[in-house]
Amino acid sequence: MAVDILMPALSPTMEEGTLAKWLKGEGDKVEAGDIIAEIETDKATMEVEAVDEGTLAKILIPEGTEGVKVNAVIAVLSEDGEDASAVTASAPTQSAEAEVEKVTPVAEPEVLEAQAAADAPAATMLTNPDIPEGTTYTKTVLRDALRDAMAEEMRRDETVFVMGEEVAEYQGAYKVTRELLQEFGARRVVDTPITEHGFAGLGVGAAFGGLRPIVEFMTFNFAMQAIDHIINSAAKTLYMSGGQMGCPIVFRGPNAAAARVGAQHSQDYAAWYGHVPGLKVVAPWDAGSAKALLKSAIRDPNPVVFLEHELLYGLEFDVPDLEDYTLPIGKAAVIREGTDVTLVGYSRMVGFSMDAADKLAEQGISAEVIDLRSIRPLDMDTIVESVKKTNRLVTAEEGWKHMGVGGEIAAGVTEHAFDYLDAPPLRVTQKDVPLPYAGNLEAMSLPNAEDIVAAAKAVCEGM
Amino acid sequence: MAKATTPKRKSSPKLKKDEALKYYRDMLLIRRFEERAGQLYGMGKIAGFCHLYIGQEAVVTGMQACLKDGDQVITGYRDHGHMLACDMDPKGVMAELTGREGGYSRGKGGSMHMFSREKNFFGGHGIVGAQVPIGTGLAFSNKYLGKDNVCLAYFGDGAANQGQVYEAFNMASLWDLPVVYVIENNMYAMGTSVYRHASETELFKRGISFEIEGEEVDGMDVYAVKKAGEKAVKYARSGKGPYILEMKTYRYRGHSMSDPAKYRKREEVDDIRSHKDPIDGLKGQIVEQGIASEEDLKAIDKEIRAIVKDAADFSLESPEPDPAELWTDVLLPVEA
Repeated sequence: MAVDILMPALSPTMEEGTLAKWLKGEGDKVEAGDIIAEIETDKATMEVEAVDEGTLAKILIPEGTEGVKVNAVIAVLSEDGEDASAVTASAPTQSAEAEVEKVTPVAEPEVLEAQAAADAPAATMLTNPDIPEGTTYTKTVLRDALRDAMAEEMRRDETVFVMGEEVAEYQGAYKVTRELLQEFGARRVVDTPITEHGFAGLGVGAAFGGLRPIVEFMTFNFAMQAIDHIINSAAKTLYMSGGQMGCPIVFRGPNAAAARVGAQHSQDYAAWYGHVPGLKVVAPWDAGSAKALLKSAIRDPNPVVFLEHELLYGLEFDVPDLEDYTLPIGKAAVIREGTDVTLVGYSRMVGFSMDAADKLAEQGISAEVIDLRSIRPLDMDTIVESVKKTNRLVTAEEGWKHMGVGGEIAAGVTEHAFDYLDAPPLRVTQKDVPLPYAGNLEAMSLPNAEDIVAAAKAVCEGM
Repeated sequence: MAKATTPKRKSSPKLKKDEALKYYRDMLLIRRFEERAGQLYGMGKIAGFCHLYIGQEAVVTGMQACLKDGDQVITGYRDHGHMLACDMDPKGVMAELTGREGGYSRGKGGSMHMFSREKNFFGGHGIVGAQVPIGTGLAFSNKYLGKDNVCLAYFGDGAANQGQVYEAFNMASLWDLPVVYVIENNMYAMGTSVYRHASETELFKRGISFEIEGEEVDGMDVYAVKKAGEKAVKYARSGKGPYILEMKTYRYRGHSMSDPAKYRKREEVDDIRSHKDPIDGLKGQIVEQGIASEEDLKAIDKEIRAIVKDAADFSLESPEPDPAELWTDVLLPVEA
């Protein structure tokens, strides 16, 4: 009986990859555990091990093929005694001319990364007034835009350096620091031991000592080990010193849920850090604003918590071809104009809000979308101005509802635009449970575009 | 290979006059300042937490003598002595204790949170052990910027059990950072004796698994402190990496002003005070060697009392912070 060899997934969210190399040829004997091929994504490389023994009868996907779907049959193994030349695949094979994807070969597997195609923005219609007319754009994935921001600031200012777990030789756990080591060397791109508490404190000391550290957390979930230094040492010391001890430091890394990594790796910390005076908190969505805001964060004389999103790292956006383009921290952007309801979100929820606005438009509801960009300072003016026009508000966040960002926005709107509201504001959030692992439960727990559509329709009822 | 050594018995070398009198004066200033702070606390003029340094004066005085311009000092919450040793103005320190406008943090920090960039004193930290990674970061900045400066990071025997201390030790040793860790072992973490809180009570050995050299020092003898400090600072400054000094010292007063004093016997305190006191010890040597007379020392004492009185008066005369100060220093303005 012939056995199909399938394209494996490097992570729960990988959908396709490159079949980089065959290490066994047709007719070769294969033992269970033998490495038969190598596959790659833009994130990692993995070896494919044989599970069964037999003879490699037929290679169906030649090496070098890009865009091979997970679970596609890539080869067929014949068992002992079988005529290897006669076997056929039991499942349909995929055309070798798979769709082309831009692939960057990189180091090793390890950290999971999602390439959620569902997230990909159809068309990002950024109406940023600061960008001059006629500006050209380059399609850039978020992780590269963040890397470019750090590289530009490191070229500009010798005191800027980046430290964290796997930022240097590994090229970044999520490849956000890719190639920085090659350009800036080990003095300025510093691999740390896995000691978040210690290196966050060390970063604060380096900032007091005249440097501008960028401290990368592999995820903000691990920064709970370091939160004492972020808050007690970085955020409060300027005040406690009567203005003497400025702490110019950026704490950055992915925040909120990735995909299928369970409750301890899936928390949104926007509300936590947004609570603290002395901090600035940024949570961008698209690559262009993320780059501009990260540059501003690095130049800021205050501690900035910069919340990224793993599920956005691989998404492509238009980044303006402007030299030294920055955006002010604390300013939200109306990225889609509308008249019936205001949708406010940050990070990944902005993409969902844009999708929701499309769906609402089909149903005759005109939604205005605000990309919050900063959690602290919170740009209530832009939100209030919008609600005065639309008279309805829906907030979206990946954090929990209780004591969340949406509650703060809703309170601000009732305080400043109470008489303009035609319906109570609604909050779209994660369900009030630790994030579950099971695929169906996880999907039920996390907010999505449909939830935003439902909330918008609810506030627009009787419109 | 890192090693940890026990101290040799101190010899009694001939003291240099200027040096001996400076140490006497500096230690006495701390002692009298702290006594006055305790008094003002009792009068309700100083509030909150107030951790006095009385008994431990030789440690900061001896270590400060090993530093040069640009070297940094950072410590925990028992910090008044360190600030005075760094040559910060006693008036500004006392006025911070009373929460007044003339304080180093303009009344917004208090006893545990004072800083002086001018004097390279980086706090004053209220979270036990937090100053250790921060001080290691200051050392990191020295190395990064190519400065030959050293950071002294002080912490107590209680803080020596904090996990972040060892995270910092690891990075400091891994990257050869110019930092000297000064463990002020005053025998009690609040009210828990070192024999009840530490599995290895010889704290100078705590760096062994990080390949950091450590040394035990008689922290009640300013000359022993200085001798060990010079060696450690020289080592760190030369680029060899961190060094640990365990100062065996003692605090006469409680952990803070609200200490019940039930965890140790009165006789223990009295015994150390009468046999090991750093100021009395130095005074005896000075008089014995004929460097100065009792009368000369009394004159110094009088001078110190006047400085402390001025500081106390200033701290009570200085107004409370302007209400507008509530909203300042939360964030620095962004340059255009």
